[in-house]
Amino acid sequence: MHELSLSSAVVNTVVKHADGRRVEVVNLRIGRLRQVVPDTLDFYFDFVARDTVCDGAELKYEIIEARLRCNPCAEEWGIEIPHFRCPTCGGSDVEVASGNEFEVESIEIGEDRPEGDLAGPQDSEQEEAECIAPR
Amino acid sequence: MHRTKVKVVEEALDANNTIAQANRSDFDRAGVKVINFMSAPGAGKTTLLERVVADLPGVRVGVLEGDVQGSMDADRLASLHIPVTQLNTDPSFGGECHLDANMVRSAVPSLPLDDIDLLVIENVGNLVCPAEFKVGEDTRVMVTSVTEGEEKPLKYPLMFRACELVLINKIDLLPHIDFDVERLLYNIDQVHPDVETILVSARTGEGIDTWREWLVRLATREGAVAAG
Repeated sequence: MHELSLSSAVVNTVVKHADGRRVEVVNLRIGRLRQVVPDTLDFYFDFVARDTVCDGAELKYEIIEARLRCNPCAEEWGIEIPHFRCPTCGGSDVEVASGNEFEVESIEIGEDRPEGDLAGPQDSEQEEAECIAPR
Repeated sequence: MHRTKVKVVEEALDANNTIAQANRSDFDRAGVKVINFMSAPGAGKTTLLERVVADLPGVRVGVLEGDVQGSMDADRLASLHIPVTQLNTDPSFGGECHLDANMVRSAVPSLPLDDIDLLVIENVGNLVCPAEFKVGEDTRVMVTSVTEGEEKPLKYPLMFRACELVLINKIDLLPHIDFDVERLLYNIDQVHPDVETILVSARTGEGIDTWREWLVRLATREGAVAAG
């Protein structure tokens, strides 16, 4: 049930970037190795998001498959059952190439103010606003 | 109706990691080495601490005891005349299943950091969540017991990978159960090649000296330690 804490972490991250605007969708990138159960995360998120700008928002998931890479021999392999020893050279200098992500990729802000007020976030270089198709 | 998409691309646990770093700075400043001590419920964390904390040559140890409820474990350790601080996770929304950096932060002022060299943070019993939340530790140690099955490393790879040392407890039970220690060691090696392991029995004392020596070495180790 780490999903309770993880949902709080998602809400806190989103609130920080939402700049007071109502959030309708939160796009998450979650690696397979994080052992997150989306239904459970949804369940807790509904509670934790109450009375925040995320209230009622939908979580969308991109699940990232786990891949490991052997540094010396550059062999890469996907995992169902985790084997951190290289199947080719038997070495242990192995790193997780993907699958450890627990990331808020983007948020989608509802447009309930005049167009001019939605000029996008003001303060951060890593944020960029773009319009997506009307519903 | 339009929606505006705002790029975020931020690890959702960054906030936790920032607070963990603040804890770590406080511990470093006081010259205290910190272990995040984790296992499934009932693996024997508290008993393994009871066996060593009162007798660590040259090392003054304190324990921060994390539990969902109650102070049974803290009381056991306090009876050994070492400083023990209780941290219950219950007040936060029904009882968290792990300690996070913020909970430990709240306990920092009540820790006797000037009077100890080594702080063991005994996490809530759980093989999933504690591995995800750094609390400001130098290193992580976990306990697995021979009654838990040989496949646990494959089921909980994050936990086994997060640790620098794996204690394999309750080996006094081996004659009575179908448990293949070699198989467990093989599986541990698959998910965390070359991680240190110690076979112990908190009940008979087998392996306890090795565990004690490991703690003393850690407490006197120079500089930062890999925390996984």
